[in-house]
Amino acid sequence: MGKYVLKKLLLAIPILLGITIIDYGLMSLAGSPLDMLTGPRMTQEAIALRAERWGLNEPVYMQYLHWLWEVLHGNLGYSIKSYQPVSEMIGSHVGPTLLLMGTSLLLGLIIAIPAGVYSAVHRYKKRDYAVVSMSFIFSSIPGFFFALILIFFLTVRLGWLPSSGMSTPGTGGDAADVLRHLIMPALVLSVEVAGSNIRYIRSSVLEILEMDYIRTARAKGIGRRRVIDTHAFRNALLPIVTVIGMQIPTLFGGAVIVEQIFSWPGLGLVTMSAVMGRDYPVVMGVCLLSAVVVLAANLLTDLIYALVDPTIKY
Amino acid sequence: MRNQREHPTAKKKGLMERSPALQRFCRHRLAVICLFILTFMVAMALLAPVLTPYAPTKPSGKFSQGPSLEHLLGTDRIGRDMLTRILYGMRVSLLVGFLATLISTFIGVVLGLISGYVGGWVDKCLMALTDMVMSFPYILLVLVAASIFQPGMWSIILILGFVDWPGVTRLVRGNVLSLREMNYIRSDRTAGMPWHYILFSEILPNTMAPVLVYATSVFALSILDEAALSFLGMGVQPPTPSLGNILNGAESMSVLTGKPWMWIPAGVAIILLVVCINFVGDALRDALDPRNLR
Repeated sequence: MGKYVLKKLLLAIPILLGITIIDYGLMSLAGSPLDMLTGPRMTQEAIALRAERWGLNEPVYMQYLHWLWEVLHGNLGYSIKSYQPVSEMIGSHVGPTLLLMGTSLLLGLIIAIPAGVYSAVHRYKKRDYAVVSMSFIFSSIPGFFFALILIFFLTVRLGWLPSSGMSTPGTGGDAADVLRHLIMPALVLSVEVAGSNIRYIRSSVLEILEMDYIRTARAKGIGRRRVIDTHAFRNALLPIVTVIGMQIPTLFGGAVIVEQIFSWPGLGLVTMSAVMGRDYPVVMGVCLLSAVVVLAANLLTDLIYALVDPTIKY
Repeated sequence: MRNQREHPTAKKKGLMERSPALQRFCRHRLAVICLFILTFMVAMALLAPVLTPYAPTKPSGKFSQGPSLEHLLGTDRIGRDMLTRILYGMRVSLLVGFLATLISTFIGVVLGLISGYVGGWVDKCLMALTDMVMSFPYILLVLVAASIFQPGMWSIILILGFVDWPGVTRLVRGNVLSLREMNYIRSDRTAGMPWHYILFSEILPNTMAPVLVYATSVFALSILDEAALSFLGMGVQPPTPSLGNILNGAESMSVLTGKPWMWIPAGVAIILLVVCINFVGDALRDALDPRNLR
């Protein structure tokens, strides 16, 4: 087992490095952050000084190696815009994003798992088609449009929910207040999660339902409910775990847009403004973080698989 | 598909199940309806210059007017006809989706064929690359790429096309790996058939069906991504209309609250397009591969 973990970890390292190289290459193609500084008050000398201080007059691969060296020493660099350390910026914004993503993932799965199982159990009946069609519709609604509609009805028309920020300014933001702010963004993201997952869960339950041991269990006459609850669903959980791992990049992508619309003070908002302002160190930090999270999630799903499924060799 | 059916080994199967793919497709009622809607919408988009007397980028009436007989969906903030803009926007969105899908499917198929057929370290490298692109938060890549190139329709097409391929690559690679072990491919090899014959005349036609199904979902996703990017202002740039940048106007509160005709129709158009493409893809899946229940 230890060997298996080690092997997976070693495989993840070149992929992680590759991702950072692609990132860095893309970012440097995007243009120098110095372009953003030009203005009437910036002299040529001042720009040259900054170029030197930020190491921008070196070739790109040297810049990358410098960056990598610093990262290996736990230093993600400093934001070009606000001069804050990147790790501090990420640290102060990661909480809201985690809250948003976690709630959405949970809510999405709470919708998707029962719907998927229900649909699989009633395969090829009207009810099944209804659920599958619903999931298609869920995944076809652009998140930002759904967000606009929610704001239109719940904020503008009914005035029930606040449409921006994480807490009402000036109130300090107790849990109830944050919750009220969380409802709409989380709903938008969880509908996206549910839409794509209902069909995955349905098909993985269907696969299990065709297994011989399910037929055996049915033949024993232990009743439909117990067949599904204890035999089918537990085995279907395994593929579901994989799906959760796959959700993370998608969720993060959705979060960028949703945070933008609802002004949710999370990483997405930071990323968006960093991309716009070509704030390399911040973008690189976020890319690195998300890559690590995704790879860790992949690793974790592999491990859970290996632990649960004895037929997987390691 | 025809190739597949004419193949000697596939013939027996074709006889056994008498119902052709078309019949299976038609059994999916909703998809048939969707196909009609989709055809209608595509026709509307293509015939836009004939259907509407207005130009999409020029004001043609008073600004911010509600729907009327003259302007069925009203006018926008500078007096351009909304319906015209939506029709032209659909053109742009469909074109972006279609070309992006074409590019990514082409890249995906080529890389998948190479990866599956050549194997060895080439396969390992290509798979590592797909892993990298896949474990990347998609939107980050697109955003960074969009900030590099001048935002605009062609760069969106290229960006989406070069980002969407890993799924196709994996799909094709998996198919090639399993097809390689089929007896008819083995017999080709034993008979000393050249590799390009095996790859392009035997393996490729047999892996096209799942690729086609996958491509429909990429098509739907590309339309959604284009809309999201244009909505954020990093996609198709005004004055060229796209369904996404029409919705951009709704970020202003006065449009959102008081002028629903300026944003709801465009959003509904996106949903209709994407839902229909998804349903058609679903029916294609059932029609082309009855074994696959996913």
